[in-house]
This record gives sequence, structure tokens and C-alpha cells, in this order.
Amino acid sequence: MLDFYRRLHRAISPTSGDGDEPRTDGGVVSDGAAANAGSGDDPGPIARLSAAVDDRFGSDFAESSIFWLPPFLLMGLFVYGAVIWNLLISLTDYQGFANAPDYSDLDFEMYTRALADSGFIDAAVNTLILLIAFTAGTLAVGLVLAILIDRGIRFENTFRTIYLLPMSLSFVVTAQFWLWIYNYNNGIANSVIGVFGLGPVSWLGNQAVVLYAVIFALMWQFSGYAMVVYLAGLRAIPDEHYEAAKVDGASTLKMYWRVIIPQLKGATISAAVVLMVFGMKAFDFLYSLVGGYRPPNGADILATKMVREAYSNSQWAYGAAIAIVLFGMALAVIGPYLVYEYRRNNL
Amino acid sequence: MTDDELRTDGSGATARATGIRRTLDRLTVEDLALYVVLVLAAGFYLVPIESGLVTSFKTGTAIIETAPFAPPGASGFTFEKWRTAIDALLRGMGNSLLYAVPATIISALIGSVTAYGLTIPNWKASYKALVLALIIAGIFIPYQAVLVPLTQFWSQWVQLGDALSFVWALGIDDDYVGIVELVITHVAYGIPICTLLFRTYYKTMSDEMMESARLDGASLRRVYRRIVLPLSGPMFAVVLIYQFTQIWNDLLFTLVIVSTESSPAAPVVLILAGLGTSMEGQDFALRMAGAFFAALPTLAVYILFGDEFAEGVAA
Repeated sequence: MLDFYRRLHRAISPTSGDGDEPRTDGGVVSDGAAANAGSGDDPGPIARLSAAVDDRFGSDFAESSIFWLPPFLLMGLFVYGAVIWNLLISLTDYQGFANAPDYSDLDFEMYTRALADSGFIDAAVNTLILLIAFTAGTLAVGLVLAILIDRGIRFENTFRTIYLLPMSLSFVVTAQFWLWIYNYNNGIANSVIGVFGLGPVSWLGNQAVVLYAVIFALMWQFSGYAMVVYLAGLRAIPDEHYEAAKVDGASTLKMYWRVIIPQLKGATISAAVVLMVFGMKAFDFLYSLVGGYRPPNGADILATKMVREAYSNSQWAYGAAIAIVLFGMALAVIGPYLVYEYRRNNL
Repeated sequence: MTDDELRTDGSGATARATGIRRTLDRLTVEDLALYVVLVLAAGFYLVPIESGLVTSFKTGTAIIETAPFAPPGASGFTFEKWRTAIDALLRGMGNSLLYAVPATIISALIGSVTAYGLTIPNWKASYKALVLALIIAGIFIPYQAVLVPLTQFWSQWVQLGDALSFVWALGIDDDYVGIVELVITHVAYGIPICTLLFRTYYKTMSDEMMESARLDGASLRRVYRRIVLPLSGPMFAVVLIYQFTQIWNDLLFTLVIVSTESSPAAPVVLILAGLGTSMEGQDFALRMAGAFFAALPTLAVYILFGDEFAEGVAA
């Protein structure tokens, strides 16, 4: 068993190994030796067990578990326990005013129902559009702002504070602001495009526009976050790289494109993951925009549809099934990210 | 850590970088263009907030007659909307504080202890990484995936309302069980991010002091109390600020746990989401006033502790 684990461990982590472990005698042999020593002077079963645990997990494992194990279990119950429970509920037919689902009859009916539900397909497509457009747009704006701020400007802190300000506000609050901006008769959005002789546009009423209007508002709120992450990444790049590019005679634009931006891969990945998760949580924004469960037509995403089906229509099992789809989408983003961080020894 | 250092200490290394980057383009026209772009961008971020602020002081006619970002002028100026908003939201503010403050403090403390147990003590790095991966994944879970079980858990499995019946006997409305449930829920879902924030900090701590303390026979508990906790102050500031903002701003959990804005225990975000909407249409001035009033605590925290907030979101 131990051997199997070691092989598995080596297979998934070619770089890390046990290098950062001060106990370098590792290996199956020493495990056997410790067990023999334990039985030799017979210190009693509990001591033997704890010695075996120490040997397998490291000397502080048992003593340190009091610190991390209870919180880990609490978190595990609420996160992983709940996700598994949710999966189970999605297999039932739970709906209406019943107090609890009937777990005796499990099937995939809710998932086939979802595939046949055009509202679900629309919401899934909207979710993907929102995730991709919002993440890409926010990263681009954040990168530009970070590069501008990093050019040694004065009042750097003031600018940074202003750009990050929307991030400190609740979705509920920013939704009120944008509702007013997108107002058909008196909103800023229509007066701005009116200057160019365009519009007026019904930003939240036009099905083809509303999703992008929402994405724009979310970009406003979170591009400051992308800026902060990129700024940290830029500050980590040694000055020599700027100097070398300068000596080579590269133009400023070329220097950023060829030398600096490729080094921001790590910052981009971590910011993108966090932004996608924010995007999936856009529920709060859409709910507050209308003050109810049904977002404007054309802006329904899985997050809003799930809550609406479960809490407004009492289709609990169907809502749970949509939630599992959403969870799967999140997992497709997080899983590779965690493996990536693990490989880089960054966990 | 290096980037943090560069960012926060500001003087030495950054000044050098500044010098180098300055020489890259001496052109003042470019400099000027740079500042114009930065100021325009600042305008982009501030205009929605500014227009909300001026609108909240406008009378009904001023809203229609003046531009959305222009100040109301003497005749169109009124405090009435703010008065109405404060009347409607004040009890919600109290309720929000009632769960946001304890949940923030508890999750920060638990996060610190968890991160300590997963960083400083000496056990197998690969097992640690596994536990950490499971914890970090918890940050990114879309909460929709746990909502229905959460409702089941609080409504069917754990009848907290019955267990706390002695509290309701004191004359406190039993809807306040929602506040207790919110505290526990936010603590449970806050553990991952708090642990991650503290871990990034503890990873950079010097081992020497702790190693020697351990060699002297100090228990892990003693090392935490005497060495790690006293050094955690700056990170506690970051975590408390970040976590308070998150919990205060969250709507989803309040929506499914407290559910109605008419409940005496309704948090401020829940009341705000429905404020200013009626049959006759939307009262934007009232909505803006309410939005500002509800955002006051987080705005105050942000303005006072902006650097810590930036550090929290960047981690």
C-alpha cells in the first residue's frame, strides 16, 4: 500500500518528491525498522500506533492535527459533504413543499430534463460567454492599468486606490449604480453614446445587449483586482530585464510585448481563475439588478437559474442538478489550476 | 514575498526601478499622455459612484431635469431620500453587524490556527499539499453547489431554533436564529481563504526561532502562542478587512438562510436589493441613498485600510 502510494506520488509530482522534508531516510525499509523497534521494547499499543503514525506522516503529524484537523473537518462537511449531498439530491425528484427528498428512487431524470430545457441551454451558453468575455476583458484592462501605474508615476497610491475602489463594494450596491447608468431616459450610458449621435439603447431591455452590459459593469468592478495582481507580478520582474531590452534597442511597446508580458504567465493564471469564479458568482449582481429571481431576459446564467428553480419554483432536485453542472464547470477551471500550483510547489 | 516587499516598502528598490523606467522614455509628451490616460481611467471608475452620490440628494424633478452626474442645484437638493433610506436600512445594518463581526473574527482566528498547523509543524509535505489542495479548492466552489443541502441542513437536520429556545424566551425574535446560522455558515466557508492568506504569510517566517524553541522542548501550542501569534498582527489586519468586506457584501447566503426582507433579522443587503422598487416604477434617488448607506462600513474600511485590502485581494 505504502509502496503504491509512493509510486503514485512520484508519478504525479516529478519535481517535488520529499526534498523539503528534513527526514531523508524515507523509504519502506525504515518503516519496517521502526515497527520492529516498537515491538522490541513493547511500549504499549497507543505509543506504538503513534510511533507508526509519526513515521508515516512525519514527526509532528499527530501533535499538529489538533490545529488543522477540526477546521478542516468543519470546512469539509460544509463544502465537500454538501456537494456530495447536493449530487444525491439532484438524483431524486425532490420538489414542492416536502420537507426532505426521498432518497430511495435515484435516477438521472433531472439531467435529461436540463438538456431538453432550452432555458438551461441558454443559461449555460450565457455563463460561458460571461466567463470568457468578462475574464479576458478584465485581464486586458487590468494589465494596461498595471503597466501604466508601474511606469514610475506620481500619486501611484491614489490611482491604485481609486481603481480598486469598486472591488470593495457589494454587488448589491454596484447593481444599483449600474441600474441608474443604464436607465433608458436619464442614464449616463445613453447620454455618453448620444454625444456620438448614437442610441438611445435599452441596455437592460434588449436581449442582444443586456449580457454585455452586465459584463461591462462587472469589468468595471473587478479590473482593479486584475491590476493589483499584475502589479505584483510586474514588481517581481528584475530590473535587469528592462535594462537588457533597453540596451538591445527595443521600443517600449516591443519590450513589454516580448520581454515583460511573457513573464506574467503566473499572475495571469491566478487572476483568471479568481475572475472566473467571481463571474460564476455574478448571481448577486443580477438578483439586485431586478430585485428578484428572474434576471433581465437574455442575461440568465446558470447561477441565477439554479437559485430561481430551487428557491422560487421549489424545483429542488432540478436546481441541485443545475448546481452540479455549475460545479463541474468550476472544477474544470480549478482542477488544472491546483495541479499547476502543486507542480510549481506553490501550495 | 519579494513582490510584497517591493510593493509595501516603496522606497529603496522601487525608487531604483522608477529611475530606470523613467529613463526609458524621457519624452514629456508621453508622460503627459500617460497622466491623461490615468486620470480618464480614474474618471471611469469614479463616475458611477459619483453619479450615484449626487443622485441620492436629488428631488424627483431634479432627477429628470439635471444630467445624471451633475450636482442637483439648490432647488433640487433634498435629504429626504437619505432619511427614508436610513429608516429602512438601519435595522438591517444592525443585523449585518451582528453576524459579520463575529463571523469575521472567528474565521480569522480559525484560519490562523489552521494555517499554522499546515505550515510550521514538521510533517510530510506531500500530505500537507493534499490537505491544502482540498482547502484551497474550497475557496473556488460556486456556492450554488451547496445551497440546497445547506437549506436542508439548517431547516431539517440541525434545528438550531429549538436548541436556542432559551434565547427566544428572553423576548428575542426567533428569526434571529438566522443570524446564528449565518455566523456558522460564513465561518465554515471562510476557513479556506483565511487559511490561504495566513499560510502565504507563515511560509515566509524564519524557521530558526521556532526550530530552536522546538529543540528546547516547547510544544506546538506553545510555539504558536509565544512566537507565531504575536507575529501575525499584520496578517490579521489583512484577513479581518478582507473577510469583513466579503461577509458584509454577501447576498446569496442571507437570501437562502434569512430569505425575506420583512424578517426582523433581515441583513442590510437583503433589504437594499428590494429598496425603491414599487408599482409606479423605480425611485433611483432612494436606491442610490440606500446603496451608499449600506456601503458605508465597507467604504470606511477601504478608505482607512486600503493597503491591507489590496494585499488581501492580491494573495
